[in-house]
Amino acid sequence: MKLGNIVELLDAKVLCGDDMDMEIQTACGSDMMSDALAFIEDQAMLLTGLINPQSVRTAEMLDMRCICFVRGKMPGDDVVELARERGITVLTTRYRMFSACGKLYQAGLRGGDC
Amino acid sequence: MSNKSSVEPITQQYVIPGTDFTRAGEASSKVKTILKRLGYDPDAIRRVAIAMYEGEINMVIHAHGGTAKVEIFPDRVEIALCDQGPGISDVSKAMEEGYSTAPDEVRALGFGAGMGLPNMKKCSDDMRVHSIIGKGTDVYMTIRVRGTGN
Ligand SMILES: Nc1ncnc2c1ncn2[C@@H]1O[C@H](COP(=O)(O)OP(=O)(O)O)[C@@H](O)[C@H]1O
Ligand SMILES: [Mg+2]
Repeated sequence: MKLGNIVELLDAKVLCGDDMDMEIQTACGSDMMSDALAFIEDQAMLLTGLINPQSVRTAEMLDMRCICFVRGKMPGDDVVELARERGITVLTTRYRMFSACGKLYQAGLRGGDC
Repeated sequence: MSNKSSVEPITQQYVIPGTDFTRAGEASSKVKTILKRLGYDPDAIRRVAIAMYEGEINMVIHAHGGTAKVEIFPDRVEIALCDQGPGISDVSKAMEEGYSTAPDEVRALGFGAGMGLPNMKKCSDDMRVHSIIGKGTDVYMTIRVRGTGN
């Protein structure tokens, strides 16, 4: 699925990154970074309610290309700047975790475990 | 033929500050950047990054910071994480998935699920933990690299 599609489905705001043609095939939703880090399979996108810099660090260590903050959460400028530096696209959506993940799943995105 | 393991490693040393949780992960990020530049296998880079990052986080949340020494060999990366924190009373228990003494404040920051040490073990090919109560904890990890360009 193209990133542009994801932005549309989640009615998301793009806080940094501009490659809307980027392909995202798998995603993971978690507020616990250690849980995300325990699944080292390729996952391109992290949905999370955690807006501290460790969300970006976690995505970075996992080679993820996109983070989407849920529940309308707005990260600080430092967090967006860190993501920009590391080449990670940042989105924010007003949908809650369950709904955001559900929308993406329904549209064909998978978790990498099924 | 020279023995691969006798090659001089590239050595990096970092101080992990214990007071600033937001900066945890900087050292792991630097190591990741170096390994990428050197053209190491992406799977190995990811395992190094994850293992070291969880170790760094542990030193920050459980031990008031510490030091990291990373030695990069053509065929492996060796990581030594040393701190002078409170130590771990039962290392084998600490290695169990889900075991955590982290307070709720730490969980609110996204860590403290008790998955760090087991994941560090999973990511590395060899891991040893030496811990003395009241003195500190040393974690040694070796991650083997397959498919280096060397
Ligand atoms: N460097 C350390 N110094 C002291 N205790 C540690 C250290 N690393 C880990 N521990 C102990 O081991 C437990 C399990 O660690 P870990 O699996 O990383 O889980 P978590 O960090 O989420 O609690 C920690 O809760 C803590 O009690
Ligand atoms: Mg931990």
